[in-house]
Amino acid sequence: MHTPVVVDDTVSRVENTAEQAGAPVYLDAASAAPLHPVARQALLAALDDGWADPDRLYAAGRRAQQLRDAATATVAQCLGVRPDELTFLPSGTAAVHAAVLGGLAGRARAGKTLVHSAIEHSAVLHAAARHGDAREVGVDRLGRLDLDAWDAGVRQPGTALASLISASHEAGTLQPVAAAAQMCADAGVPLHVDAAQSLGRSAVPPGWSLLSASARKWGGPAGVGLLVVRKGTRWLSPYPGDDLHRPGPQGPLNLPGVIAAAASLRAVLGEAQAEEKRLFRETEKIRERVKETVPDVEIVGDPVGRLPHLVTFSCLYVDGEALLHALDRQGFAVSSGSSCTASTLRPSHVLEAMGVLSHGNVRVSLHRGTTSTDVDRFLAVLPGVVARIRQEAGM
Amino acid sequence: MIEVDSRGRRCPLPIIDLAKALPGVPVGEIVRVLADDPAAANDIPAWCRMKQQGYEGSPAAGTYDVRRLI
Repeated sequence: MHTPVVVDDTVSRVENTAEQAGAPVYLDAASAAPLHPVARQALLAALDDGWADPDRLYAAGRRAQQLRDAATATVAQCLGVRPDELTFLPSGTAAVHAAVLGGLAGRARAGKTLVHSAIEHSAVLHAAARHGDAREVGVDRLGRLDLDAWDAGVRQPGTALASLISASHEAGTLQPVAAAAQMCADAGVPLHVDAAQSLGRSAVPPGWSLLSASARKWGGPAGVGLLVVRKGTRWLSPYPGDDLHRPGPQGPLNLPGVIAAAASLRAVLGEAQAEEKRLFRETEKIRERVKETVPDVEIVGDPVGRLPHLVTFSCLYVDGEALLHALDRQGFAVSSGSSCTASTLRPSHVLEAMGVLSHGNVRVSLHRGTTSTDVDRFLAVLPGVVARIRQEAGM
Repeated sequence: MIEVDSRGRRCPLPIIDLAKALPGVPVGEIVRVLADDPAAANDIPAWCRMKQQGYEGSPAAGTYDVRRLI
C-alpha cells in the first residue's frame, strides 16, 4: 500500500503587493514597450481582415496580400529603403540570426570571420558561437566602441561580416555607427546593424548593409522582427526553404502582427522627436537624482551620447534580484543585468565588457506612457529600498 | 596578509566581505579575497575604483589582491 504523497503546492515567497503605494509603473520598455494604441487598433482590425494566406489566389488571399504589401510599403518608407529590401520575420531575435548567419553565408568566399562589438545582444553572440569564428572588439568604460580596434578588426583578411548594435540595450550608449560603417566600407566588409533599441526612438545613421529590429521595442506587438538587406549585399539563406537568396519567414507570416507593427512604427516616428526630448529629460533627472540620493552608486553608460529612454545604474552591496523584487513590491517593473537575475548566473557580458559594477544593477527604460510623476515616485521610493537591502546585509 | 574567504558565496557577498574586512587592514597593506563567483572578477576591480582603493590584480584563479589606499 502506498501512502498518498501530499504535495505542498503553495508557492514560497510569493511577492505580495501590500506596500504598493499607487498604480503599477512599468519601466522596462527596453524589454517590451506597452502596445501602442495605434498598434492595438490595427491589430484588432487585422485579426478580422488579414488572417488569410497572402500567397493564395482567392479573394481573401488577395486581400491579405494587399494588406501585406501596404504594411511593407509603410515600413520601407519609414526606414527609407525599398520594399523589396525588407522582410518581416517572427521576432527581433530571428531577424538578428538571419542577418548574421545569412550575411556570413553570402560572404563565404571572402572569409569566415564575424567581427562584432563586445556589447552585442546575446542573439548576435549566439549566432557567432554557432558559426564558430568571431572576433570581438572592446568598448571603453562608457560603453563606446573602440574604433581603432574595430578598424583593425574589419581590415583583417578573412573578415566576412561585421555586427554592431546601434545603441547598447543595457547601458544605452549610442555607438559610432557612421564611423564604423565607413571603416567597413573601406575594408569591403558588409555591416549588420542591430537597431532594436533605436528604431522609433533615436535616428539610426546610414551606411549599413543589413539592419534588424523588433516591433515590440517600439510599441508594436511581440512576434514581429524586421530584416533589411540592402541591394548589392550578398545574403544566402541559412535555413531550408524555396528561395536561397531572399530572406523570408520560416512558415506563415504573422500578418496581423505585421500590420500592427507597420501602423505603430509610423505613429511612433511621428511622435519621436517630441518623445526623444521629453524622455531624455526624464532619464537625465533619474541620472542626477540617483547620484544625489543613493550613496555608493555607479551610473552606467555615456551621459550624453545615449538613448533617450534608457538609464542604468549599479548599487554597491546590493543583490540585484532582491532589488528587483523589492521594487516590484512597490509596483515598479525594472530589469537588471546582475548575475543573480540571469539564468546563466554570470553577470551581464555588457557590464563586464565596460568594466563597471555588475551587482545591484537596475535598468530603467521609459515609454510614451511614462509620466514625470511616475519617474518622481520611482525616485522617491528607490533610496529607501536600497538602504533597507544594505541594512539587511549589514552594510 | 589578511585573507577574506568568500568561496561559495554569491555576489555581492564577496564585495560585502571585502568592505567589512577593510577597517582591519592597515593603510598600504594588501587584503586577499578568495571568491569563486564569476562576478567577483569584474566587481572587485569596480569596487576598488568606486572606493578609491588599489586593485593589485588576480595572482591565481579566484584570488584577488586589493591594497588599502585610504
